[in-house]
Amino acid sequence: MMHLLWLIPALPLAGFVLLTLLNRRLSRTAAAVIGAGSVGLAALVAIAVSASFMLSPPAGHHFHQVLWTWFDTGGLRPQVAFYLDAMTVVFILVITFVGFLIHLYSTEFMEHDEGFTRFFMYMNLFVASMLVLVLADNLLLLYLGWEGVGMCSYFLIAFWQKDAQNVYCGRKAFIITRIGDTALIVGLFLLFTHYHTLAIQPLMHAVGQAPAGAAVVVAAAWLLLGGAVGKSAQLPLQTWLPDAMAGPTPVSALIHAATMVTAGVYLIARTHVLYTAAPDVRLAVAIIGTVTLLYAGFSAFAQKDIKRSLAYSTVSQIGYMFLALGVAGWDAGIFHFMTHAFFKALLFLGAGVVIEALADEHDIFKMGGLRRELPVVFWTFTIGAASLAALPLVTAGYYSKDLIISTSLGSVDGSAWLWAGAVAGALLTGIYSFRLVFLVFFGEQKTPVTRRPRWRMQTPLVVLAVLSVIGGFVWLPEWMGGWKPFEQFLSTALPTTDAGGWAFGLGEATILEVVSLTGIAVAYLLWMRRRAATAVFAARPAPDALERYWRAGWGFDWLYEHMFVIPVEWFAHVARNDLVEPVVKGIASLNVLAWRGLSASQNGLLRLYIAVAGAGLAVIIAVVVLR
Amino acid sequence: MATVSLNSGLILAAILFVIGFVGLITRRNLIVVLACIEIMLNAAGLAFVVAGARWGRADGQVMFLFVLAMAAAEVAVGLALAIRFRQALGRLDIDAADEMRG
Repeated sequence: MMHLLWLIPALPLAGFVLLTLLNRRLSRTAAAVIGAGSVGLAALVAIAVSASFMLSPPAGHHFHQVLWTWFDTGGLRPQVAFYLDAMTVVFILVITFVGFLIHLYSTEFMEHDEGFTRFFMYMNLFVASMLVLVLADNLLLLYLGWEGVGMCSYFLIAFWQKDAQNVYCGRKAFIITRIGDTALIVGLFLLFTHYHTLAIQPLMHAVGQAPAGAAVVVAAAWLLLGGAVGKSAQLPLQTWLPDAMAGPTPVSALIHAATMVTAGVYLIARTHVLYTAAPDVRLAVAIIGTVTLLYAGFSAFAQKDIKRSLAYSTVSQIGYMFLALGVAGWDAGIFHFMTHAFFKALLFLGAGVVIEALADEHDIFKMGGLRRELPVVFWTFTIGAASLAALPLVTAGYYSKDLIISTSLGSVDGSAWLWAGAVAGALLTGIYSFRLVFLVFFGEQKTPVTRRPRWRMQTPLVVLAVLSVIGGFVWLPEWMGGWKPFEQFLSTALPTTDAGGWAFGLGEATILEVVSLTGIAVAYLLWMRRRAATAVFAARPAPDALERYWRAGWGFDWLYEHMFVIPVEWFAHVARNDLVEPVVKGIASLNVLAWRGLSASQNGLLRLYIAVAGAGLAVIIAVVVLR
Repeated sequence: MATVSLNSGLILAAILFVIGFVGLITRRNLIVVLACIEIMLNAAGLAFVVAGARWGRADGQVMFLFVLAMAAAEVAVGLALAIRFRQALGRLDIDAADEMRG
């Protein structure tokens, strides 16, 4: 079965090619069948391949499939080859399965959109690129997928391109992630010049032989981290993700929550040997994660737009994954990636239904009372929010977040500071996630419901809600019996987390349960019981100013505008008559002169052309004969 | 049978070619231009035949048959063009067809 591996990225790619070639000749039904069907088939193949991988593990617990040699120049000989190990299995299952559910949802969500076929074209290309990214056996092929997903992200954020604001948001996402991508490619150059290969496994082996803290390893780890920070929207390159919500909601669910933004997590986990050899950089990963999760938690708390709130929540949850990676909890980070993909995709899809039902209303303060109007969405969204808030015992998010929090203290790299940050973040998560639930689904109804979801939009919600609950039962903590098939499975690909075995006092061990319930209770008090009082308090000058500051994402956009954009524009304005200018203009006018001369020779007189050709021929013959 | 020396044959071919070429760049009547092209083609054909005879090989004559076939095809196209030219411009002066100026 495993030799079918190449089909997994090839199927969505084939879907993309078909949709592109047939574009306008396809009916909406045909486009939907090709678009969603290709990803669905890829999911089936992924399940078959993964089942075969789990039931009869190949030698060394990895499977390597070489398709062809990409190119061969200057000692660089990257192959188009796929590498399947336990971590990749988790990623391809999540990408294809969640991807398929989101495609199914989109067939109904986008049904009245004039760019229906174009939408599925980009979505299929995205899924194919993402699969190439996680399956690549060398860093160059990974980079191809990395840029492919970035490109699709740009296309899809700016999908409704008639509105200039959407296009601006797409450009912003593209340019800011490009800063990280530049660091990543420089990192690849550095690794290649030093180790003469980009194939991940030999490269990691070579890095593992290097002395700890070797300069090249540290520099490469920093540069790869730069790429990861850009793609995963961590501080200081996080400003693009909230604006990425300009795209259609399924895009936000698939690209900007479940899959692409976790590419940074994948990259760091894939090159974990590099970060093991560079402990300082790993500490930086943990600190970036912790600061980001707190930063984004406060920002999510202050948003009015339901999608922006979820976007900051995504930034915050990826911060948790970075924290896990930073304290060498590689498998804990992957675990949280999986549960996060389930519940965050669910939350975005639920938000999409709500937004559409209320005729494109994004403001949560104009929603309310949708509990009875949209019962399926209410229940599934609440399950998703509970999973996000890590409601103890019954949700997937609880198990993964609990693992990260205990690892951040118990791991040899852990510290009380990181742990405190993670706990405070969990409190914030509880508050902001249930703030959404209470404001959107409870209280009085403020906007009439104009459109109700049908089965294609409701089925993905229900499936994801089930996964948001049971997805966590694959790794139970010690006190619940310590049943850990997920950890055992991942241990063939990643070093296992030494979480100190939950050997804490009762206070540390139950902290997540306490803060998550506290957060939900606070949200209940603020936006259910005392909603009027909360509104009055929030309108006073000091809280209002603070809220606006947080809503603007702590003013990072303003800061970057004044630090980079305005100075660059000013410099470009001032330097428009510098030394380079005459050179460039000189080349241009030289070309104009040459154009004039040549066009004068084209006088349309056939006899002159013949004469000139004859003269030329005579010269050539003369040169050959007389030489 | 008196044999023609290679040199005199090639000189004749060169003279014919130059005559054709000079006609091509000096005459303006399209029919004459086509005739000049025929002269040049035959000059080349003559060079082939003479060279073939010099080395006693049939290749030169075979080549001339190709040139002949090609010339026939060219005349067919050329005369069709001449008819269209006349219909479009009302005369056969090739300098009249200078609409493709730079």
